[in-house]
Amino acid sequence: MKNPADIWKGFKDSRLFWPLAALGIVLLFNLIFTKDFFVMEIKDGHLYGVIIDIINRGAPLMLLSIGMTLVIATKGIDISVGSVIAISGAVAASLIGGKLEYVDGVQKLVTLVPMPIAILAALFVATVLGAWNGLLVARVGIQPIVATLILLVAGRGIAQLITQGQIITIYYNPFKFIGGGYLLGFPFTMFIVAVVFAATIYLVRKTALGLFIESIGINPVASRFAGINVSKYIFSVYAFSGLCAGIAGLIVCSNVSSADGNNAGLFIELDAILAVALGGNSLDGGKFSLVGSLLGALVIQSITTTIYATGVPPEITLVVKALVVILICLLQSANFRAVVFAKWGQNRGIAHESTIAK
Amino acid sequence: MTGGSGFTFLEYPIHHDFSPEGKVPVMSSILTAKGICKYFPGVKALQNVDFELQAGEIHCLMGENGAGKSTLIKVLTGVEVSDAGEVCLERKKIAPSSPQQAQQLGISTVYQEVNLCLNLSVAENIFIGREPRKYCGIDWKEINRRSRVLLANMNLDIDVTQPLGRYSVAIQQMVAIARALDISAKVLILDEPTSSLDATEVNKLFEVMQKLKQQGLGIIFVTHFIEQVYAVSDRITILRNGELVGVYDTAALPRVQLIAKMMGKAFDGFEASIKKTAAGSEAEEHAGFLAVRGLGCRGSISPFDLEVNNGEVLGIVGLLGSGRTELARIIFGIDRADSGEVLIKGQKVKLVCPADAIRHGLAYCPENRKTEGIIDTLSVRENIILALQAKRGWGKYIPRKKQEEIANKYVNLLRIKTAGLEQLVGNLSGGNQQKVILARWLITMPSLLILDEPTRGIDVGTKAEIQKLIRALAAEGMAVIFISSELDESIRCCDRMAVLRDRSKIAELSGQEIEEQVIMQTIAGV
Repeated sequence: MKNPADIWKGFKDSRLFWPLAALGIVLLFNLIFTKDFFVMEIKDGHLYGVIIDIINRGAPLMLLSIGMTLVIATKGIDISVGSVIAISGAVAASLIGGKLEYVDGVQKLVTLVPMPIAILAALFVATVLGAWNGLLVARVGIQPIVATLILLVAGRGIAQLITQGQIITIYYNPFKFIGGGYLLGFPFTMFIVAVVFAATIYLVRKTALGLFIESIGINPVASRFAGINVSKYIFSVYAFSGLCAGIAGLIVCSNVSSADGNNAGLFIELDAILAVALGGNSLDGGKFSLVGSLLGALVIQSITTTIYATGVPPEITLVVKALVVILICLLQSANFRAVVFAKWGQNRGIAHESTIAK
Repeated sequence: MTGGSGFTFLEYPIHHDFSPEGKVPVMSSILTAKGICKYFPGVKALQNVDFELQAGEIHCLMGENGAGKSTLIKVLTGVEVSDAGEVCLERKKIAPSSPQQAQQLGISTVYQEVNLCLNLSVAENIFIGREPRKYCGIDWKEINRRSRVLLANMNLDIDVTQPLGRYSVAIQQMVAIARALDISAKVLILDEPTSSLDATEVNKLFEVMQKLKQQGLGIIFVTHFIEQVYAVSDRITILRNGELVGVYDTAALPRVQLIAKMMGKAFDGFEASIKKTAAGSEAEEHAGFLAVRGLGCRGSISPFDLEVNNGEVLGIVGLLGSGRTELARIIFGIDRADSGEVLIKGQKVKLVCPADAIRHGLAYCPENRKTEGIIDTLSVRENIILALQAKRGWGKYIPRKKQEEIANKYVNLLRIKTAGLEQLVGNLSGGNQQKVILARWLITMPSLLILDEPTRGIDVGTKAEIQKLIRALAAEGMAVIFISSELDESIRCCDRMAVLRDRSKIAELSGQEIEEQVIMQTIAGV
């Protein structure tokens, strides 16, 4: 039987401790300073509240961070996901079409192609784009950041090409369910994230995929020598990241009921990378934690929501966000903690550090 | 452990003015360490160790992996701070707290892996961080001139403006030594500098060492090669399990004794050929497993024929750079062949990647354990099952229980010293890492095991274990290709030998021909 002290120590040394602590600190701040932050109420059988809002709004970021975690675990990076979001939305929107028809004063639901086909087409295109990245990295051998930079730049042009330079507004209501609908009282986006997350966890932890991905991230040469088909797996994680971005693109597009090639998912790739890092994952590849990345995404979304909720002037929100992020990153650094907490942890802190250094 | 280490300490008391029969003139000790202790959590790395180095001597530091050699060096060079004891340089007490500080005091270290920048020029490497200046810029002429002088002192005449990466590892090592000497020149520590050098390069290094010794420098030399100890050193300090065994005159200590003291046990016929046990089976008919016809790759190795039979150990010998590793890589599908064919059990097969080769029952322990073998931040368990899992594919995940069972079995079988299955493999010593890689391949039940320098940088005891294992595997019917730079070892283990020179196979030896003189003559082409 383990005693509580051991369990606490095990938890404190676990990879998830600091991501959880960061989330805890942000929530604690809100508990004290933000009115009604934790209040939840049921209206029309739907759950409403700031917390629900955070999860709902954070869904695209959480999806991206799942795909990004695997890419980063292979020592890669995918900065094209924001553009893939735009393209995925553009494909879906242009297939559904922006027609608004009234029959006898009542809106008639019209689509160019059936919605499921539009959705599948969008996801297919996103996966192909991810596969393109994978091809450049795994087969051609271009550095990941350069390879995906190509799509980052070209992607928004492709999105505009698909929508023919227009912002397509969608009036087909069933499509709005993806980003704004409710199922059993909860936002539908929560179910999307849950399904993707559970499926990914299953794939990487119940099969050997996780082991192979980590092995490749740590030492690709030795992995190849051990008989792992390195380029196949690298290719696959980029394709998967594209798929995740595609799903996120559908949510973003559905949320605003339009496809805006220029602004959909703008700069979100940076948040996704940050989410992975905040989740305690090394950007150098290797061991990864999907739960950590998910927590990281929640931390980022909570900060954003908190800043709006506390009434920080809009023009400085980004600066405040940056400061909070820096603070969290510093807290997660063992070296930084050692220096700062050395004073009131003289015995414990230093002894602990030296064992790590060893 | 039966407490035997204590009495050896008493048996061989240390004389600080060691001068038996006046052979070695009494010289001033330049560096002394007394009662050094260093503890790491759960490990006594050094316990009350004394060490003494004289000016103008080459002093070997010997011991098995984990004996405390590295820790002692780290203490002397300020990488680690000792928990007890004192270090004196020229009778003044010093306590360096960083390698830079030690270097300023006059203690320089050259490590096994050259810590220089391959893309900078030779001269830049020698003066990086302390460039002579002129007006408001770096005085390049002066840098190049002084570099040339420094290297000329070591009988090295190379273009110092070329990038360091253009030159062989041996020359890189010389440059590292030149740099160390120019910064400070009282004590030079060479930590396994010869691991990646071939015989001529080693001799060149030894010449330089002798020259420096004449100039009154004290040199501490750490190596695993027994030959080299006797070729170059004056005295030997032996450590075992963090304790001092004794200090000896090299000339007065027979090799057998040296090994016995390092291993801490009586010497039991280690030199005897372990292959003789398999002699009886030689008459049996061995079925051919792998046949290679005209396999080659331009710029890497010229086309060669090779056959390996079940139950035999085929040695690949030749100088470093003669194409031994290239031969192994091409067979294992790492490098693409541009001519020839491979037959396995008479069937033509295409091996274009390691995964193909593994599927056909091949296994390859690469030469560079760190960069091509281990996955250092994965656990021992994960490292062991990796190749088997890769062979099964990602879908058929070996259940965790089964993984532990397999890993445990091989940890015990190969006597891998690890704190547990979940220990990161990077924390293990070199010998144990090598065993982990061996385990990784053995569980795939290969028909042909290719071993490229499996015993490099490994202590004597483990070496013998691995050699015995190789013979045992062959006796069970496995085909083995064995590549080694150490001739003794190849002679002890191999049934047949393929000799390489200048990237082509020049001869095959078997039976009586496997003998040092014959092999050397074949390699030399006499």
